[in-house]
Amino acid sequence: MGQYAFKLPDIGEGIAEAEIACWRVAVGDLVEEDQPLVDVLTEKAAVEIPSPVTGRVIQLNGQEGDKVAIGSIVVLIEVEGAGSVVQQSSEIPKVEQPLPEPVLTLSPAPTTRPVQTSAPSSASAAFVATVPRAAGEKPIATPAVRRRAQELGILLSYVHGTGEAGRITHEDLDKFASRGAVGSAPLSSARKQREAVHDIKIIGLRRKIAEAMQRSKQRIPHFAYVEEIDVTALEDVRAQLNATRRSDRPKLTLLPFLVEALVKALPDFPAMNARFDDEAGVVHRYEPVHVGIATQTPNGLVVPVVRHAESRDLWDTATEISRLAETARAGKGTRDELSGSTITISSLGPIGGIMTTPVINAPEVSIIGVNKIFDKLVLRDGQVIVRRCMNLSSSFDHRVIDGWDAANFIQRVRTLLENPASLLVG
Amino acid sequence: MNETIKTKVLVVGGGPGGYVAAIRAGQLGLDTVLVEADRLGGTCLIRGCIPSKALIHVASKFEELSRHASDDALGIRLSEAPVLNLAESQRWKSGVVDKLNVGVGSLLRKAKVRTLQGWATFLDAKTCSVKTANGDITVQAEHVILANGSVPVELPNLPFGGAVMSSTEVLSLQELPKQLVVVGAGYIGLELGIAFARLGSRVTFVEAGPRILPLYDTQMTKPVEQWLKKHGIAVHLNARAKGLSESSVLTVENGSGPLDIPYDKILVTVGRAPSTNGWGLENMAVDMNGRWVKIDDQCRTSMRNVWAIGDLVGEPMLAHKASAQGEMVAEIIAGHRRSFDPVAIAAVCFTEPEIVGAGLSPDEAKAAGIEIKVATFPFAANGRSLTMEAGVDGGFVRVTARADNHLVLGLHAVGAHASELSGEFALALEMGARIEDLAGTIHVHPTMSEALPEAALATLGRAIHA
Repeated sequence: MGQYAFKLPDIGEGIAEAEIACWRVAVGDLVEEDQPLVDVLTEKAAVEIPSPVTGRVIQLNGQEGDKVAIGSIVVLIEVEGAGSVVQQSSEIPKVEQPLPEPVLTLSPAPTTRPVQTSAPSSASAAFVATVPRAAGEKPIATPAVRRRAQELGILLSYVHGTGEAGRITHEDLDKFASRGAVGSAPLSSARKQREAVHDIKIIGLRRKIAEAMQRSKQRIPHFAYVEEIDVTALEDVRAQLNATRRSDRPKLTLLPFLVEALVKALPDFPAMNARFDDEAGVVHRYEPVHVGIATQTPNGLVVPVVRHAESRDLWDTATEISRLAETARAGKGTRDELSGSTITISSLGPIGGIMTTPVINAPEVSIIGVNKIFDKLVLRDGQVIVRRCMNLSSSFDHRVIDGWDAANFIQRVRTLLENPASLLVG
Repeated sequence: MNETIKTKVLVVGGGPGGYVAAIRAGQLGLDTVLVEADRLGGTCLIRGCIPSKALIHVASKFEELSRHASDDALGIRLSEAPVLNLAESQRWKSGVVDKLNVGVGSLLRKAKVRTLQGWATFLDAKTCSVKTANGDITVQAEHVILANGSVPVELPNLPFGGAVMSSTEVLSLQELPKQLVVVGAGYIGLELGIAFARLGSRVTFVEAGPRILPLYDTQMTKPVEQWLKKHGIAVHLNARAKGLSESSVLTVENGSGPLDIPYDKILVTVGRAPSTNGWGLENMAVDMNGRWVKIDDQCRTSMRNVWAIGDLVGEPMLAHKASAQGEMVAEIIAGHRRSFDPVAIAAVCFTEPEIVGAGLSPDEAKAAGIEIKVATFPFAANGRSLTMEAGVDGGFVRVTARADNHLVLGLHAVGAHASELSGEFALALEMGARIEDLAGTIHVHPTMSEALPEAALATLGRAIHA
C-alpha cells in the first residue's frame, strides 16, 4: 500500500490559485483513474479535475469555497499494491499556501507504470489547451489567425490563447497544430502521447485496388443477401475425399465445391454470370463460367481467374485454384490469369467471420462470399442435433438484378451445397 | 437560337455580392458565368449606395453654398444665392455610376468571367434559362451562387407609381419636389429625406414606430433628431399613412386624429425584402428561413452546391457583407476551407450628422449579460472637428468594452464625417483590441480619429482632453 499525493495541476491561464467549487469524492471513497475528484473555479471557467490513479481517498484538503494554490496537495489517495508511489513524509502540509515539492521516491519494487506526481510538464501542457472558455464565449483571434485555423481545420474554441485577454496568437495556433489532436490523452497520465503521423503513398497495386473499389462502390448500387447453409453433409464428403485422395491431388477446400455449385446453378440464372457495360447500356451474359477467386497476397488483393470452370471437374478446379493462388502470391500472375472473370468468389479462409458484404468485382454483377463454418444446435424431429453451418454472403448489382432473382439463385446454390451428391454427378 | 452553356460556377445577380463572387471565382481559375438582367453593379451601384451618396454630396455642397449667400460665415460671402439644376446634378451622378459600372465589367473580363445580360429563370437547382436580347441561353452549372438581392417593400395602401416612389425613382428625379413626404424613417428614408431637405424641398417624415432609426440606440440618434428639429423638419412618430386623397394630400393617422400632409412626391422607405419571386426559386428545392433563403455559416443552402449570399439570405442587408460572403463562397468552391465568422459588420448612416457603428451597443452587451465599461468623447473637444465646423452637431465617439478583460465589444460614433472612422472601428474589433490597444495607438493630430483613444481612456477614467 502506498500513498499518492495529488497536487492541483497547473490549469493554465497564468493563475496561481483556484477555488474549490465542489468535491466530487469523499474520504473513504474508492476512485477510479480518470474519475472526477474535484471541480475548481478559475477566473474564467469551472474545470473538472480527474484522478490520475485508482485508489481510496484518505484525505481531502480544503473546503468548498477555499482557494488552493496550484501545486498544493489537494487529495491524498491510498493506492493498491506494491510499486506505487509512496510519500515519505508522513505529514501532509497545510493547504492555502504554496507548498514545497514533497519528496517522492519509488518503493523497492518499481511499477511498470509509474504515476506522475512531479510538477506537471508535457501532460499538463496538453491540458491547458483543453480548458474550456466560458460557454458561448467566442475565442478572440485576428482575422488572419481565424483564416489559418479554418484552413488547418482547427476549431479555435479548443485553442488556448496566451495573448492579452486570452487572444489566440499565430504562435498559439502553431503550437496547437503541431501537437495534433487534443483531448485524447487522459490528464496526468504517465503514458506518453504519440504525435507522429505517417504518410503512406498509395501506389502500384494498392492504387489499382483503391481505384477498382471506388469505381465499384460509386457506380454500382449493391445489395447484399446472406443465407445460412447446412454444410454437414458437404463437410463429411470433403473429409472423406481428402482422406482418400491421390497423393498428386491437392487437399480440397470448400471453394471447389462452391465453384461446382455455381457451375450447376448458373445455366438457369444466366443474369448472374455477366458483365455490365453501363456506358453502352448492355449486359453481356456469359455461357462460359470464369470464376474469379479473390486472393490475398503480400501486396494486396488480386483476383486470379479459374477459366472455363464449366469444363473442369472438382479435382481439376481445386488444382487450378491452388496453382493460381501460388502464382498470384508470388506476384507472377499473367494478365490472362488475372482478368476476364464473369463471377467472383471472395473468401477470408480460416478467419471466416459471421458475415461479409463483398464488393462486386466490376463490371461483373454478382459476387459470393464464404464465411466461417460453425457448429449449431438444430431442432430436428424433436431432437436437438449438432449441424455444421455456414453463412453464405452475396452482393448483386441492383441496376440489372432484382432481389427476387438473386434470392432464388442463392437458394439453388444452397440446395446444391446441402446435397453434395448432386454436385458430384454429371 | 437556343445555346447551352456548361460551366463550373454560375452566379446569378451582378451586385456587390455576385460580381465579387464571380471575380474571385475567375481569379481562382474556375470557369464562371455571371447573369445580370439589368446593369452590372446591382442595387448598390445603380440605385442605392453610390447614387445616393452622390446626391447627398450635391445636397451638402448646395446647402453650404446657400449659407454663404445669406451670411458671411468663415468670412466668405456669395453675392448671389446658388441655383440648383437637379437634371444637371443627375447627369453628373450618372457619370459616376457609369464609370463604376464600366469598371465592374472590365474587372469581370479581366478575371475571364463570361457575363450574360438577361433574366435568369431556374428550371432546376443547377439549370437556368437566360432570356437575352439574342435569344434564350440555357446554363448548366456544377455550382450555383444565388445573389439575387432585394427589392423595396411596397405599402398596400400606397402602391408604387405616380407620385408614390421607391428609393430607386427618387434617386433619378429630374426636378426638385417642393413637398416631399417620406414614409418610413429608417436609414434609407432619412438619408434621402435629409438630402432633399438640404436641396430645398419641404420634407416631412411619417414613421409608424415610436422613434427614428430604430436600429440604433437613442444616444446615437439624438444628434440626428436635433438636426431635424433645428431645420424645422416635421417628424410624425407612431403615425400610419392611410392613403392618398385627390387633392395631393396624404392622410396620416397618429393616434390624435387624422392629419393631412400636402405632397408633390411621396417616398416610401419601409424596408427591403429579399428578391425571391419570378426567377424559379421554387424549382430549386432550397429551404427558406422565413422570407430569406436559409444558409449555414458557409453560405450553403439546403441544396448541394447551391450557395446564397447577400440580401437574399438575411440581415444585415449591406453591400460589404454580400461582397465578403461572395468572396468566401468562391474560395470554398475552389477547395479552400472558409466560414463566415466576422466579429462585426460595421454599418454607416449618411444622415446629418453621420452615424457609424461596429459591434455591440452598451444595451446589447448588457442584454448578453456582459459587464461593461462605456465612455464617450465629444467631437466638440476635438481640434480637427472644430476646424471643419463639425464640432457643433452633438457628435461623439463611444467605446463599449468588457469590464473584466477590457476587450472592445463595440465602437460607435455620430458626427459630421464620422463615417470615415468605420475602417478603424472594424479593424479594432476584428483584431481583438483591448481598451489599452486603442489608447496606446498614437493617432495623428489633428484628426477626428483622436477622439477614439480619448474615448478609450475615458472608459478607464483618464481621458486627457475631457
